[in-house]
Parts: sequence; structure tokens; C-alpha cells
Amino acid sequence: MTRQIRYLSPTGMLGVGFSEDHFRAALSTGLAFIGCDAGSTDGGPANLGGNKPFFSRAAVKRDLRILVTGARSIDVPLLIGSCGGSGGDWNLQWVWEIVQEIAREENLHFRTALISSETDRELLLRKYREGRVRALDPAPAIDESVLREASHIVAMMGAEAYVAALEGGADVVLAGRSTDAAIFAAIPVAQGFPAGLAWHAAKIMECGGAAVVTMEKPEGMICTMTDEHFTLEPVSPKQQCSPLSVAAHALYETADPYFMAEPGGLMDLTDAHYEALDERRVRVRGSRFEPRPYTVKLEGATSIGYRAMVLGGVRDPVILEQFGSWFGGLKEHIAENVDAVFGAQSRGQYQIDYKLYGVNGVLGQREPMAAQVGHEIGLVMVTLAPTQEMAYAIAGQAAHMVLHHAVPQWQGLLSNLAFPVAPHFWPLGEAWRFVLHYVVEVDDPLELHAMRFEEI
Amino acid sequence: MARLRDLARLIRTKNAGPFQLTLDILFPDARSYEHVVASGVITRALMAGFFQFDEAAVKLFHYAPANAIKVTVPRAVVCGDPEDHDLFGGQQFGPPVDLPVPDLPATPNA
Repeated sequence: MTRQIRYLSPTGMLGVGFSEDHFRAALSTGLAFIGCDAGSTDGGPANLGGNKPFFSRAAVKRDLRILVTGARSIDVPLLIGSCGGSGGDWNLQWVWEIVQEIAREENLHFRTALISSETDRELLLRKYREGRVRALDPAPAIDESVLREASHIVAMMGAEAYVAALEGGADVVLAGRSTDAAIFAAIPVAQGFPAGLAWHAAKIMECGGAAVVTMEKPEGMICTMTDEHFTLEPVSPKQQCSPLSVAAHALYETADPYFMAEPGGLMDLTDAHYEALDERRVRVRGSRFEPRPYTVKLEGATSIGYRAMVLGGVRDPVILEQFGSWFGGLKEHIAENVDAVFGAQSRGQYQIDYKLYGVNGVLGQREPMAAQVGHEIGLVMVTLAPTQEMAYAIAGQAAHMVLHHAVPQWQGLLSNLAFPVAPHFWPLGEAWRFVLHYVVEVDDPLELHAMRFEEI
Repeated sequence: MARLRDLARLIRTKNAGPFQLTLDILFPDARSYEHVVASGVITRALMAGFFQFDEAAVKLFHYAPANAIKVTVPRAVVCGDPEDHDLFGGQQFGPPVDLPVPDLPATPNA
């Protein structure tokens, strides 16, 4: 019989949930490991910059309890990548504390590898000076100060870090920032399965059961790989994979459906072939992986100040029929009002971003229908300033200026905004910006990622 | 003329990381996919207009395995910046939805 490896991805993101029944049933199918991606940049830079988890502690603990107890019950490795959403050190520690709590509550004992992805800044600066930090396309311009001053910088580890953790005897691997696919490619590649199949399967499996025909709710996927092909099967008996649904997954959140870069090479799906094995399972072959010089992608977030916001609605038809000109005059009034409190030199130190729902709230400057105003407009104003106190003060001033801004056809004092929430302006806390879209050339795949082992 | 939405089974946008935005237009079968590709309606120049980027910055892919056309552009504003209007990039596909495309022939071409 040809050799094979089978593994489970229970859900597309740790904390989003999945059915425990389907998960438990999958445990008896001969799994070699269980993997789960916990990362995303979709929530913006605050997860990394501000040490914030993507999902709540309760939601992550619920999923982790099922995963840890399940993996230990069949004694297979559990690999969690990009812990806490961003994979920063704080986020990794946050997940580690939840795992320890679960182990105590369930009376479990095991060995955990923790792989940090926050890299020594001096090492990064040296690489930068050596010309070994290279821009991806598109990339914001950087200099040494960006690398020095960023709140947090993480390096996305590849498959080798997971392999090293398992060679160190880990039962559970908690990884900082990782490529999504590395979580699932690591063990098949280490066991010598074809890299093209291993990486392509991993790219699909990192999203859990997302490559099904119709995803009603998050569930898992089982991958079975041989030296010739891999087969995908949803864990939920109600869900199906089709050649089209699996092929279409190469589009999701990717810039290019044929080529996808990983730390040590390039996935090439040009000749991937998708075949229905039955009404639920799809077999894939033909995917390739072309080795490249080893590079590791960086993500970084820098603090840019503090924000506050106002939310209000306009329903006055007289304002709406002249909204552009009415609102245009308002911005200067707000600026003058801020001048009076913070001085004219404050211009340039703060900004106010206006989102006008019903005008161009979603597409901004790209909105072709901005001239067609309906029967109401929603106004979101977000202030950004060097301190929370200043951002909050400006939000309050802006709200008040809009509220009472004159309308030429009306005489007397007006109240132009319907505020749906009391109080009507709120501090939003610190704000960050993604500042890095770069890769670093490394001498060794593990050069940027420190690892430690813990026994529970 | 039909509209793009009449022929597609899914039109969507999404972040492709914090610095890029990607538009997927998926068709239900090879026939409708090939019809729209052959019509030449969806071009980099057209998409450069929708997304307000230079044509040189627009990547256009024809992806037959999923009967899909894919367009990737730089994000005009980086994900989560104060000026960003759409954190996940999920609602940036509105204008192409009603794009006029030639009607699908009533029967497959012989």
C-alpha cells in the first residue's frame, strides 16, 4: 500500500468556533496531527501594535479546550500558528496562559514549544544596512527609524520552525506569527511528501472547511496525502467539496491564484488538477513548489497617536439637497473652533477623517454615485491627535460644530445631527499603522525565531 | 446587454494582506466564464478606472480552474489607517456589479 498522511484542520481561525461532534468523530480517522491558524491582519494594526487578541478570551478558550483535549486523547501534535491574531509576543503569551489554564482544569500534562516571532531589532537593522531587507510590492518607504521605532515587528516563520519544535519533543506547538500554510505543510514536508502537494494542501487547509461548496458555518476539513495526490473531505457529513469549490479557494484573499510565495519557495498551481472522488471529496494533483532563497516576511505596526469618534445622522431635507456645499463650509469652522482651544499651531498635529454614509462612506473618493444623496446621511467623524485628551476634545468640538452649523434657508438655532448613542462622542484609544511589507533574507530558516519548551 | 451580476455566481472583494485588495468574479460554468473573457469587456484599463490606479498597478488574472477573473490592486489606503473606509476590503466591488456585458448566447456555440 502506498504511504499516506492524514491531518485535520478543525476551523479556519482559532476562536471562530466549530462543531465538537464533528471534531470528535474526526479524531478516530488516523490523524497524524491537528493544526489551526489563529492569525489575521484583517482587524487592522491594533492587534499587533496594541497587544490585543483578535477574538475574545472566552471564544479562544472554548476552541482551545476542545483542540488540546482532543489532540492529547489521541496523542498527536497540535500546531497553533499566529497565536492571538498577530503572533506578537504578548499575543503568544496570552494564548500560552489559556493553554496552561486548560491543562490545569483538565488535569493534562504535556510538553509545549513556544516560538517567538518578535525579532531582535539590532539584528533587523544589521540586515537592513546589509541590503537584506527587501520591499514587496507595494511597500511603504522605510528607513532605519521605522525598524527602530515600530511598536512591534513580527517575522512570519516557515515550516522549519514547527519541525524544530516537534524534534524537540513538543506535544503542543504555540507559534508566534507564521505563514498560514507553514502550520500544515511542516509535517508532510518533513516526512518527504512532495513539497508541491504539501504546500498546496496546506494553503487550502489553513482556512479549515472554507473550500466547501456552501459554508453555512465554520467546520473542519481532513486532508489525506500520498506521494501522488491529496484528498480533501469536510468533517461535516452535510458539507461537500467540489473541484470548483476547491479550485476557487486559490482566489480567496490571495493576490495571485497561480503563484504564492512562502519563506523557502514559490507555490505554483498552474498545473494543479482537481477531480471529484465522490460527491463530497476532491482529489488534487499536479501542484508544484519551486525552491527559492529563504526569505521571511515582516509585519510591523507603529503608534500614530490617539483617536476619538462621533456618529450622527442627518435627515433634514434642506441640508440634504445642498449637502456638499453645506458640509464643505463646516470643515473650516471646525478647524477655527479647534484653533481657539489648541492654538493655530495645532493644525497639522491632528486630523479628522469624515466618513459620509449615503454619500461615499464605503468607496470614498472612488464612489461614482456620490452626487446621488438619498433621504438621510450617516456621518462618522474620527479624530487623530497626539494625545487621547486632545483627540477626545476635538471630537466633541466637531460634533458640536456640525450640530449647530447654519443652514441658509433656516433661521434660528438648529440641531443638525441625530446621535444614536449616549454619550455622543467617545475616546477610541491608541491607534497604529501597518508600516512594513518587506522580506528579510536569512542565513538559516530559524535565524529570527527563538524557541523555548515548557512542561506542564 | 446583460449585467455582470446576471452572468456571475459571485462578485467579491477582500484584502489580500494589509497592502493589497483583490476582486474575484466567479462564473457558474466554463461557458459563461469563457464568454465574458472572450467579450474583452473586463480589462486592466477598465479596472484601473474603477479602482483609480494607473493601469500598470493593476494585475488581471484569468483563472479557468475556478471559472474566475481576478483583479488585484494596491490598497489606496493601508488596512486600518485612519483614512481607510473598509477594514476587511469586503465592500469595494459595487461599481463593476452592473457592468454591461454581452448577453450569453441562448444555446452554446456549436
